[in-house]
Amino acid sequence: MESAKIDPDPESRGEIYRHTVTVRVTHWLNVLFLTFMLGSGLQILNAHPSLYWGSRSDPQAAWLEFSAYQTPSGELRGHTRLFGGEFDTTGVLGASEGPEGTLEQRAFPGWATLPSTRWLAMGRRWHFFFAWLFVINGLLYIVYIITAGHLRRDLLLRRTELKGFGTSLLQHLSPRRLRAEAASGYNPLQKLSYLGVIFLAGPLIVLTGLTMSPWLNTVFPWLLDLFGGRQSARSLHFLVAFALVLFVLVHVAMVVVVGPLNQLRAMIIGRLRIEGDKG
Amino acid sequence: MKKARSTGGRRRFLRHMGGLSLLPLLSGCDGLSRTEWFPRLLARAETLNERLHHLLASRTSMAREFAEADLSPRFPSNGTRFPIDADYQQLVAAGFFPWRLEIGGLVEHPMRLSLDELRAMPARTQITRHDCVEGWSAIAKWRGARLAALLDLARPRPEARYVVFYCFDTMDRSGAKYYESIDFEEARHPQTLLAYDWNDEPLPVPYGAPLRLRAERQLGYKMAKYIDRIQLVERLDDIRGGNGGYWEDRGYEWYTGI
Repeated sequence: MESAKIDPDPESRGEIYRHTVTVRVTHWLNVLFLTFMLGSGLQILNAHPSLYWGSRSDPQAAWLEFSAYQTPSGELRGHTRLFGGEFDTTGVLGASEGPEGTLEQRAFPGWATLPSTRWLAMGRRWHFFFAWLFVINGLLYIVYIITAGHLRRDLLLRRTELKGFGTSLLQHLSPRRLRAEAASGYNPLQKLSYLGVIFLAGPLIVLTGLTMSPWLNTVFPWLLDLFGGRQSARSLHFLVAFALVLFVLVHVAMVVVVGPLNQLRAMIIGRLRIEGDKG
Repeated sequence: MKKARSTGGRRRFLRHMGGLSLLPLLSGCDGLSRTEWFPRLLARAETLNERLHHLLASRTSMAREFAEADLSPRFPSNGTRFPIDADYQQLVAAGFFPWRLEIGGLVEHPMRLSLDELRAMPARTQITRHDCVEGWSAIAKWRGARLAALLDLARPRPEARYVVFYCFDTMDRSGAKYYESIDFEEARHPQTLLAYDWNDEPLPVPYGAPLRLRAERQLGYKMAKYIDRIQLVERLDDIRGGNGGYWEDRGYEWYTGI
């Protein structure tokens, strides 16, 4: 609709109108807000870099723990324990370079946290401020895709797609096929991952976050039961954030495979060039 | 030597990877964090959260209580574990016998109470989860005098709005001692106690002997340990750093419901 005013017939120039202005704006705001949430979230995690199941955090019961220890020769080593497996993660997890260029004990390194130095109070400020903007932006997006028909038209799987889903899985992974399909819309795997992020990961990360608030526990005690206790909610919050990071990595990789400039341009100005129609 | 080089290489590689992403944006945020205005803008969310939380909860919305079987096998002690202050150590040596809780400020009836007198006050026992701002949680059983009952005895003046707890423990080289504050809604909450027992024994020193605050809808740093005296006040901005607590004066939120 928006493009009609600017460009009466984009297809005549080998372009289709792919992303409406609402989708584009909420997308880039989401990139910004999620980056702040991830950085400040890791800052908060660094204050107690161990994760547990249940209500309590018994020191021996952590399923994931980042720590540092000193070798007999005085060298600092970063250490990650995951389900009882022990890994040396010096330089990245457990111990990483501080501002002075020497190794310091720190679960996630300074380049991944906000602020980059150890500053829990400031990390919490960023996190609880941008949580509001993240939620408002997400809700606006969800209301928009439902009311404007984007959800039904472009994101929900069609009956035919559901039928042939198993057999078509592998075909969808070939780069050439992906490029060819990009013009006609989202492929079924893509639709599923978008739906998972919008309707599963999004609500989950918000609800697990709320479950960590002792005050909100008194208002919504059922959230504690739903997630199995405050420390379980904290673990799930981290795992969903991790899943979102994986999604972004795959998402960006797909953009690179399919045509980074064309796709990036489409998410900025809205119009996608169609390969076959190019001069 | 060889080892150090290889980690250096890995770090360089990761930094290059970071350069491709939004991570440099994060370091740009360090500058914003050190300005005067930006953290103040961020703190607006704190006011919003506090207001919304109070809208959602009734004045007496209760924190979950647990069973004996849920008690933490080892309850952590955070912040001060043993105050170095001479006056406190003399009290420890005397078994807290000379200690008196002073309740003053904006009250009609200032009081000085011994531990025995506090133990004779209306009490409550509760097994609750303690959540630290760092992220850990531990469960313990607390018994103490209901702060609401003490306030009824002291008779707050109409202008009193906050209850301030002054503590024995010196926190740092500047000589600053711990203090905290809560509003009247929290002070009158049924689960808000001045606790003198922990897991059926007299409150041990690492957990705040002889008396600590329990405010079960809040984070751990709100629950002042080693209480020396209590003052009722109208405003917090003329007390010490002006933010209502030791950690609040160092950038942490006054509202600790999150």
